[in-house]
Amino acid sequence: MNVYIIGIGLSPPRKISPEVSFREMIYEAAEKAYLDAGIEPKDVDTFVSLSEDYEEGTAIFDEYVPDQLGAMLKPVHTICADGATGLASLFAQIKTGHFKIGVLEAHSKLSNILYHSHVHAMALDPVFVRPLEINPYFVAGLEMDMFLDSRGYDELDTAYVVAKNRTNALLFGRSSFGSFISPEEVLLSESVSDPLRELDIAPNADGACVIVIANEEIAKERGRDLIKIAGIGFAEFTPNIERWEGDAEYLKVAARKAYSKAGIKNPVKDIDFAEIDDTFSYKELQHIEALGLVSFGDSAEALKEGFFDLGGEFPVNPTGGNIGNGNTSLMNGLRAIYDAVLQLRGDAGNVQLKSPESALIATWKGLPSASGGVIILRREG
Amino acid sequence: MAQKVAILGAGLTKFMRRAKETGKELAFEAARMALEEANMDISEIDCVVMATAPDMFDGVHMKGDWLSDGAGAKRKPYMRSYVGGGSGVFAIIHGWYLVASGLFDTCLVVAEEKMSSCMPHPQGAFNAIYDQFLERPLGVNLLWIFSLEMMRYMHVHKISLETIALVSVKNKRNGLDHPCTQKGIAGEYTVKDILNSEVIAYPVYRLMVSPVTDAAAAIVITSEHEAKRRTDNPIWIEGVGWCLDTSYWTNRDLYYPKYVEYAARMAYDMAGIKDPRKEIHVVEPYDPFAYKELHHLEGLLLADKGEAPKLLEKGFWDRDTKDGIPSCPSGGLLGVGNPIAAAGLMKVIEIYLQLKGEAGKRQVKREVKRGLAQAWGDLMQVGTVVILSK
Amino acid sequence: MKFEGISLGLKEFEKEIKVEWKGKLEYEWDCGIALSKFMEGLKHGKILARKCYACGRIMIPPRMFCERCFRPTDEWIELGDEGEILTFSVSFVNWDASRRKKPEIPAVIRLLGTSENMGILHKLGEVGDTLEEVLKNVKIGMKVKAVWKKEKEREGAITDILYFKPIKRRK
Ligand SMILES: [Zn+2]
Repeated sequence: MNVYIIGIGLSPPRKISPEVSFREMIYEAAEKAYLDAGIEPKDVDTFVSLSEDYEEGTAIFDEYVPDQLGAMLKPVHTICADGATGLASLFAQIKTGHFKIGVLEAHSKLSNILYHSHVHAMALDPVFVRPLEINPYFVAGLEMDMFLDSRGYDELDTAYVVAKNRTNALLFGRSSFGSFISPEEVLLSESVSDPLRELDIAPNADGACVIVIANEEIAKERGRDLIKIAGIGFAEFTPNIERWEGDAEYLKVAARKAYSKAGIKNPVKDIDFAEIDDTFSYKELQHIEALGLVSFGDSAEALKEGFFDLGGEFPVNPTGGNIGNGNTSLMNGLRAIYDAVLQLRGDAGNVQLKSPESALIATWKGLPSASGGVIILRREG
Repeated sequence: MAQKVAILGAGLTKFMRRAKETGKELAFEAARMALEEANMDISEIDCVVMATAPDMFDGVHMKGDWLSDGAGAKRKPYMRSYVGGGSGVFAIIHGWYLVASGLFDTCLVVAEEKMSSCMPHPQGAFNAIYDQFLERPLGVNLLWIFSLEMMRYMHVHKISLETIALVSVKNKRNGLDHPCTQKGIAGEYTVKDILNSEVIAYPVYRLMVSPVTDAAAAIVITSEHEAKRRTDNPIWIEGVGWCLDTSYWTNRDLYYPKYVEYAARMAYDMAGIKDPRKEIHVVEPYDPFAYKELHHLEGLLLADKGEAPKLLEKGFWDRDTKDGIPSCPSGGLLGVGNPIAAAGLMKVIEIYLQLKGEAGKRQVKREVKRGLAQAWGDLMQVGTVVILSK
Repeated sequence: MKFEGISLGLKEFEKEIKVEWKGKLEYEWDCGIALSKFMEGLKHGKILARKCYACGRIMIPPRMFCERCFRPTDEWIELGDEGEILTFSVSFVNWDASRRKKPEIPAVIRLLGTSENMGILHKLGEVGDTLEEVLKNVKIGMKVKAVWKKEKEREGAITDILYFKPIKRRK
């Protein structure tokens, strides 16, 4: 049995959102998604929400999920994971045949956290790492250093990611983080944890996103925009940052599963474009290599040659990725799914690619995790 | 369509007020024991599911990721699901859908809780479960939601404190026979003993409350063909259900857990159960507080509204009942301990052992072919139900 | 079967090597449309509810959408500050599990004029200092009235209401 995405809704990422509570923001996204899917919340059989307590400032945030989704007295649960892993949970539920329509929700109110570094620090090992009291961005700095060094890349290579994604975001026109910026200008930004600079980091943003999926029967009844979830995979590497090898091992494991489900032999040939996590600039290149889009050590050159540009052979993050749209934490993956669906439907405006048939989405849970997932979407008909 | 899913092995650590082990070590011990019983190596596990309650207990953000290596999830598909106190029973539901969907054939389900790390007292972590706008500023306390709900339940059905104390008496006695029971929790108590204990938040007395506990539990589940290849008498997951009610908990009549009923109906439908009072032979409802067991038995439709206390007085829920339904034969959270998520999975394991006839001194007298475990959580809001059968 | 686990007594536990951490975990949550207006109302001694025309419910805490009808709510309704007790408790324990001599009395109170079961969490006051006194003075279903902070001390928070006290009936 196949599973399809039948509705998407977004309360767009922005720097702050004092005008709405988290409930009101999620309600906006849910209303749009249900309208898009042509359903009412009572038609939904199961709901999954993504959250982490320390980002909400609430213990057991699961409590505050149902109302704004119209999900009271329904099967609802939280998954503490990135977008692809969250979608995999819902996908599996539909695949059991016991549920027809499922809803995935994620949101961000990162602007409500007063000391974000302290929240990040809580995710570091309390015995070995946290007592060192270094700003947690050092984890990204170290990994970036290892990644660049092992490939012989330099900081200008990753600056190209920032330039591409900020420019794409500006062209797309939804985000306030878009800008024409040259790779050289990126290198002028302040160092955070060498070689990581301020502009290498996707800026924190608030927002909400809701995705509606359904089984084949419901999707075909609905008729238009048949976007199939052709493959999905997710994996954990290790939380011990000392063991990281700079290769995004989690995505390798996740991609293997997703590709095999979707029958993909050569991702660059078999897929038309990708939404790939770029919460830090180097992550985009690291993830590109882990996904096998190019060989080890070839991503920087390909990027510079325009291979991943809007007009390139394999566009990556055509709407600007997280660097161009903002880092919305666990919602990043849903924003990526949302944007990929826009492309597949031909609704991506200024950054619309030429009738793409399939999309690759790779999501990462964020600092300092080593978990993520991969989704393959395919348009049918 | 759904693959059938079986349980092949289970593991538990001791239940402890303060464990020397870290959360990861506890998770490892339970997982190892479950794998041993299933006679499987970690390399044969396709995916790992983790259940653990608030990150604030451990003071670790992204606690699921942090525990992953202890649960054997390195380089594996791994997910942490979360429905507060309902997480322990939800964990097996989570594993069920990952396997039933055909995505995976084998799944290791781990539930871990280390509450003793939270200072000055893990109860503090629960303050942050209340609404941050209108409730937390009042200087809230976790016990309030229970005492308020218990008062409403007693008021509507005119239930006496003595009757509710009987739940503590029963479960603390049953807990004496559980090998993992937390020191000082189980025992022979009288109703008088319970009501002579300190009033902590009337109508809740100290001996009506489950303790703070460190522990882990784990089970191995597989698809039908894996199960049949590996064992002659697997225990099957026949039905699952879960349901979450509104977060505006003060806008509901607290006397009845409708969300438990909805979760139970979902599980009964899946298992093809028409008359649960005849078809469920042993039950492990969630009993973090004494009244909760009765409240949940009614939600599970095993008793009419307001009738569970009367059946309790008649011994209907006793472990050695002949014509009743034994409830909490393990001793439950009141008699074994309450490591939130691990406590829920402990209940599932109790039903598993009862069905296998391996519950030792706790084995119920009546014949059992089918049993049910249930947990509850969030702001008196979520019900999670699983039905197992031989 | 062997069950693992090394249980520590309080004394042993205190002797264990431990790592301590206090995070600077602070948040400023956006109240949004409904609660901002509600809090502003409290500052002026008003309690505001929100009505949904589809189901007719008058809701508190107020919300901009009706979770049952899944549509925007329609109208602000000003309530009085009297209510009835749906349930209450007499609490002798603080958030850190330490004990208190004089109890707190949390209660779910339905404000008059709202729909069925539309309670909010608050506290009761002027009902006694011991369990016996409180149980004598408080009954479920009893009518209560808000006791407010002095106007200039109010800050637009739920604590602008100090507590609810019983309404004395004159016969
Ligand atoms: Zn309505």
